Amino acid sequence: MQNDCACNCGCNKTDDPRFAELKTFIDSVKEVKGNTMAVLQEAQHIFGYLPLEVQRYISEETGVSMAELYGIATFYSQFAITPRGKHHVGICLGTACYVKGAQKVLDKVLQELDVNVGGTTPDSLFTVDATRCLGCCGLAPVMMIDDDVYANLDDTDVIPGILEKYRG
Amino acid sequence: MINANGLNNEGYRVVVGMATCGISAGAKPVLETLQKETEAKGLKNVEIKPTGCIGMCTYEPIVEIFEPGKKKVTYIHVDADKAARIVSEHLAKGQALPEYTVDTTATDEMKNINDLQFYAKQKRVVLRNCGLINPEDIEEYIAVGGYEGLKKALSMTPAEVIDVIKASGLRGRGGGGFPTGQKWSFAAVNEADQKYIICNADEGDPGAFMDRSLLEGDPHAILEAMAIGGYAIGATKGFIYVRAEYPIAVKRLKIAIDQAKAKNYMGAKIFNSNFDFDIEIRLGAGAFVCGEETALIASIEGERGMSRNKPPFPANKGLWGKPTIINNVETLANIPQIMVNGADWFKSFGTEKSPGTKVFALAGKINNGGLVEVPMGITLREVIYDVGGGCPNDRAFKAVQTGGPSGGCITTASLETPIDFDNLVALGSMMGSGGMVVMDEDNCMPDIARFFLDFTVDESCGKCTPCREGTKRMLELLDKITTGKATQQDLNTLGDLAENIKLTSLCGLGQTAPNPVLSTMKHFRDEYDAHVNEQKCPAGVCTALLNYFITEKCIGCTKCAKSCPTNAITGTVKERHVIDQDKCIKCGACMTDCKFDAIIRK
Amino acid sequence: MDNVEKVNVTINGIAVSVPKDYTVLLAARAAGIDIPTLCYLKDINEIAACRICVVEADIKGVPMRNLPASCVLQVQDGMNVRTNTPRVRKAVRQNLELILANHNRECLTCRRNGTCELQKLCDEMGITDIPYEGAKREGAIDDLSWSIVRDPSKCILCGRCVSVCQNVQGLGVLAFTKRGFNTEVAPAFDFSMRDVDCVYCGQCINACPVAALRERSYIDDVWAAIDDPEKFVVVQTAPAVRASLGEEFGLPVGTPVTGKMVAALKRIGFDRVFDTNFSADLTIMEEGTEFLNRVKTGGVLPMITSCSPGWIRFCEMHYPEFLDNLSTCKSPQQMFGAIVKSYYAEKFNIDPKKIVCVSIMPCTSKKTEANRPEMEVDGIRDVDISLTTRELGDMIKQARINFNALPDEDTDSILGDYTGAAVIFGATGGVMEAALRTVADILTGENLQDIEYKAVRGIEGVKEATLTLPIDGKPTDVNIAVCSSTANAAKVLDSVKAGEKNYHFIEVMACPGGCVHGGGQSHVSAKDRLDVDPKVNRANALYSEDERLTLRKSHDNPEVQQLYKDYLEAPNSHKAHKLLHTHYCKREVYCPPEGEATV
Ligand SMILES: Cc1cc2nc3c(=O)[nH]c(=O)nc-3n(C[C@H](O)[C@H](O)[C@H](O)COP(=O)(O)O)c2cc1C
Ligand code: SF4
Ligand code: SF4
Ligand code: SF4
Ligand code: SF4
Ligand code: SF4
Ligand code: SF4
Ligand code: SF4
Ligand code: SF4
Ligand code: FES
Ligand code: FES
Ligand code: FES
Repeated sequence: MQNDCACNCGCNKTDDPRFAELKTFIDSVKEVKGNTMAVLQEAQHIFGYLPLEVQRYISEETGVSMAELYGIATFYSQFAITPRGKHHVGICLGTACYVKGAQKVLDKVLQELDVNVGGTTPDSLFTVDATRCLGCCGLAPVMMIDDDVYANLDDTDVIPGILEKYRG
Repeated sequence: MINANGLNNEGYRVVVGMATCGISAGAKPVLETLQKETEAKGLKNVEIKPTGCIGMCTYEPIVEIFEPGKKKVTYIHVDADKAARIVSEHLAKGQALPEYTVDTTATDEMKNINDLQFYAKQKRVVLRNCGLINPEDIEEYIAVGGYEGLKKALSMTPAEVIDVIKASGLRGRGGGGFPTGQKWSFAAVNEADQKYIICNADEGDPGAFMDRSLLEGDPHAILEAMAIGGYAIGATKGFIYVRAEYPIAVKRLKIAIDQAKAKNYMGAKIFNSNFDFDIEIRLGAGAFVCGEETALIASIEGERGMSRNKPPFPANKGLWGKPTIINNVETLANIPQIMVNGADWFKSFGTEKSPGTKVFALAGKINNGGLVEVPMGITLREVIYDVGGGCPNDRAFKAVQTGGPSGGCITTASLETPIDFDNLVALGSMMGSGGMVVMDEDNCMPDIARFFLDFTVDESCGKCTPCREGTKRMLELLDKITTGKATQQDLNTLGDLAENIKLTSLCGLGQTAPNPVLSTMKHFRDEYDAHVNEQKCPAGVCTALLNYFITEKCIGCTKCAKSCPTNAITGTVKERHVIDQDKCIKCGACMTDCKFDAIIRK
Repeated sequence: MDNVEKVNVTINGIAVSVPKDYTVLLAARAAGIDIPTLCYLKDINEIAACRICVVEADIKGVPMRNLPASCVLQVQDGMNVRTNTPRVRKAVRQNLELILANHNRECLTCRRNGTCELQKLCDEMGITDIPYEGAKREGAIDDLSWSIVRDPSKCILCGRCVSVCQNVQGLGVLAFTKRGFNTEVAPAFDFSMRDVDCVYCGQCINACPVAALRERSYIDDVWAAIDDPEKFVVVQTAPAVRASLGEEFGLPVGTPVTGKMVAALKRIGFDRVFDTNFSADLTIMEEGTEFLNRVKTGGVLPMITSCSPGWIRFCEMHYPEFLDNLSTCKSPQQMFGAIVKSYYAEKFNIDPKKIVCVSIMPCTSKKTEANRPEMEVDGIRDVDISLTTRELGDMIKQARINFNALPDEDTDSILGDYTGAAVIFGATGGVMEAALRTVADILTGENLQDIEYKAVRGIEGVKEATLTLPIDGKPTDVNIAVCSSTANAAKVLDSVKAGEKNYHFIEVMACPGGCVHGGGQSHVSAKDRLDVDPKVNRANALYSEDERLTLRKSHDNPEVQQLYKDYLEAPNSHKAHKLLHTHYCKREVYCPPEGEATV
């Protein structure tokens, strides 16, 4: 009689090996006080973002409630709840870059890719973010695509060409 | 091998600037080429090392060559090809390459980076090892006197250590300028089974990167300082809370911790004393407010970085409720040297109330941007003109913003002010972490205020009413102003709101968030009035208030008329065209397309 | 108490000497000065977020920076506080205006009109217009669960619900999400309360100063049933309701109003007014017997009570390994419905399909319980509509009844009689005490006079006792535990799981203090809670009614005895099982919408 009304949606079961990887990490930090951030960071690293199933898994493994996890995941801008594009375009809107016209760089990129800040292009190729200081203020305004830095972007006309390189 | 003077005793020592900005500019292939070519040529007596920030980011990638008894040579804008030539000419044949150095006009003597005006007024105390030693090698740190401060501290009582720091007059470089020795003594007197010392390496101020440079260029200095602080207050555990955006700093810190542990400079019974000390690195995840002490603590505890009410102060009840001291990276970087050289040595720099030096990240409309370290008490004018070389393109200096989103703007009228904690506050700004952003006549002050507020609205943790709700309303009012829709009443509301947010916010973020608005309203009221009363942006920045005009330079090529998306431009071939202001949506397409600079915006 | 260390402070010129751990807020109260608050909820939420309680202060002449929040500011000797300066008044007003600028200010059509702490404060502070316009927090009303409605447009982000759910209940169903101006208080991924691990205890509703959390209302369904001449509408009222209903009409917290309540229900137009206390007695008969059987036949122990649906949901979601420990008894609410639609219907020859069984409960979780699919017999729902104490208060007002002037009246028979054992069900420990009164009599075969089990009374979260009872003739130690709040339930279950404790019988109530402090009870403002603890006052009301009654043991209830004789035969009989017992199941929550695997 016991289980005749249990949920059978199966959302709990997964043979995705990435969960095993996450489990290994969670076990390795079990004794570390205040490890929730580290677990989320690792999960984001493994999955690329923190969807429902991943947070459910973490909640079950760590005992931290879903709402609390989600609260943390949505507090820090580094965590993503939705999938990100293949390439990450970060336009520095730090002060140094801003006073040197970074807004124009951002506007141009958004216009070229037809997305909003934080958005991902429909082809999942690019996610665009306005970032804080990238640490190259001397080269302002600065844009970073994945690990490549594009500096001194006073002339925004070069931007379409730069983006094109990542479309291949 | 480097010696205590930061020089090498024989052969060539080649260092490559490999802080974030150097790497961004392409230092990696340079280093690789140098290594490969040197090996290929079988050169002996050459050591090639990565190093931290050399200072002038605009010249990156930078390579410097030291030779005993000779002046060092600085090569700038080096790439792989230049690197290969440096090996084949300079290192193999002893022939320096003046064409790659800073100043090729010098005839008799080749200038290196230290000869530049940029360096003349600097005093590198905190940054002394950056650009000199290999940050990934503890032996180089030891060679230049590293860990002597810790050794010395352990030979003293904790109370004596605190007394030295108190006597030095060192004040916190993280923003507030609170006396470090005094802060330590608050935690020292608290009895507890566990205390903590935290290094605040969150560096969220957009436009400041001195902490990053220190961590990347001299990580052992921070570890040493934390151990000294831990010993002084009775903490056996330290945390370094680093921005996740600083991967190189994190990597070098990890290497440094491992090396220090291997040498028993960290761990149980350091230097065979009875003092145990361990350090753990915790990564932030992108929240400016986590630079605030209580939010930082919440974040280390694994929670949302929401600030907590003070009191209780962390020194009494901090991380997991235990007495905790939080110090900024640059504050800590001073500690080992103070221990070694004494309080009086430290007080020989700077002013009476603000001894020592301060590192600024000079950026914005400035000729020589970069990290500069100057003694406190130097005037703003000296920093901006003598060190920074003034504004580029002969534009007129307008203001300098210090203290980032918590600070304010300082105008020409105050350029002679000696820089220290108290003077900047008196000017309605603050030291902050040391961001110094220069603005020229092309920057619009309400727009800059809006920029900073946009930042704080984005970064508010959302816990308390005045900051969460109030900054948003301020931003909305500034939006009205910069789009010409505001009234004088709105300006009053803005001012009232700003005062209330300062007065009632829970944490430092809210308490300082209105500063950029208040200070620009105070110094540039005329600009605000122009936006409000005349719907004009005097600096020509606020797009909504600008109009496009075709001047007499127009030769009537018709190109602009074709590119205008709203058909706002009319005119006959070979005659001056005109823009219908009602139809123009200010997209700027015509201005970009006109080959004759005939279209202006004002 | 004179041994607490005191400090001297001055507040608005009035010198007071207060314990040194006092906050300025409490010290001001001691000086007869009222400081407004919004986010502060004594012992529960002390996060200093709303900045409404700010004051000016100096310590021995040194002014404190800015305007500190008095709700968390500890007093210090020589502190001088001013609560009524132009600066303070302006700050309070501006912060209220800022809250209102981002608030759906439709008081007239609002659930909390009249009981709203924000509304009251705005009135007191003389807020007349809002100088800001601009963006407002957006978010749809979530009314998908049977129990709780969440309305983000009313939320002022005070965090009171978050603290209750996280720290008192140990659940964390609601949390702060996002940040800055976009901050919300919500379940993860903006799920509906229907689909998350909420136990519907309603503690968050009690904590909420505004209408952002409220029960889902079924008042109109009740009126429709009453107005339908085809329907035979019966009502049952839970034990705890009578201890709180009076508060809806301005009576002091914990005033017992049993007789007036019955009179009001009759005037509203219910066809029969019964009492859940009747089925509470019945529950003891069933549960007590079940317990004795388990002990004697080596059944699963500890047995755990099952009358709190909040607790049942909690167990199903978080401790499914204990499902076999749960008593199979339905809760008194459900037993009552089942009996009305079988025994009573047969006896009075009423078509059970025409009977509408309404329950008045201190509880929001009961609404969901009434709708559980298994809570029906032969296709007939046990209970049709479950209302809270507050909703009954509203109905009485809508019927324009002058409650305080009503005479005391008696419930209808034959399902209206009850004993003192049933009355105390409403307080934590009450079910245990009631069960012990019956079990002890059965085991000893005597009519014991010493029936007040004080060890299980009081508002502590976990209470334990060991009794020696003759089982199979042998004096045997019976270990019992009583806990209230889901956090305490978890604590007790963990200790059982870990083998640290060896209980035979555990009473669990989902709400701290039991049903007297249920999520459907009358609102007590944060300010009033500085002076009274509703848990204590209302429990006292129940214990005093128990004392007054002559019959104080469930098995002495004559109508219950009649029921067994006429209809059920014996406790735990086949028929009793069919009507009065149920089963439980493991529950999954946060399931992704069908076909939407997200990884
Ligand atoms: C919003 C906010 C952000 C802050 N960010 C930083 C930061 O990034 N780095 C830092 O060292 N201090 C920061 N501070 C200051 C710290 O709270 C703290 O005062 C400092 O780390 C103390 O170290 P010090 O005494 O060595 O300066 C911030 C303060 C506020 C209010
Ligand atoms: S001032 Fe801003 S950042 Fe600080 S607690 Fe309040 S909302 Fe959070
Ligand atoms: S493009 Fe320039 S030159 Fe040509 S018509 Fe337009 S304004 Fe005149
Ligand atoms: S700015 Fe754009 S809309 Fe205006 S005239 Fe030029 S092209 Fe046309
Ligand atoms: S919650 Fe309170 S203030 Fe808001 S609309 Fe309802 S009654 Fe009015
Ligand atoms: S209080 Fe004011 S708004 Fe409300 S009903 Fe009365 S008059 Fe109308
Ligand atoms: S009803 Fe209870 S469990 Fe649900 S959110 Fe409210 S306090 Fe938490
Ligand atoms: S729902 Fe109510 S209690 Fe919870 S934060 Fe919002 S206003 Fe406060
Ligand atoms: S303790 Fe009472 S009020 Fe609370 S959920 Fe259980 S039955 Fe409902
Ligand atoms: S502000 Fe853009 S790199 Fe620093
Ligand atoms: S980081 Fe390049 S010179 Fe400083
Ligand atoms: S800050 Fe004190 S009541 Fe909200």
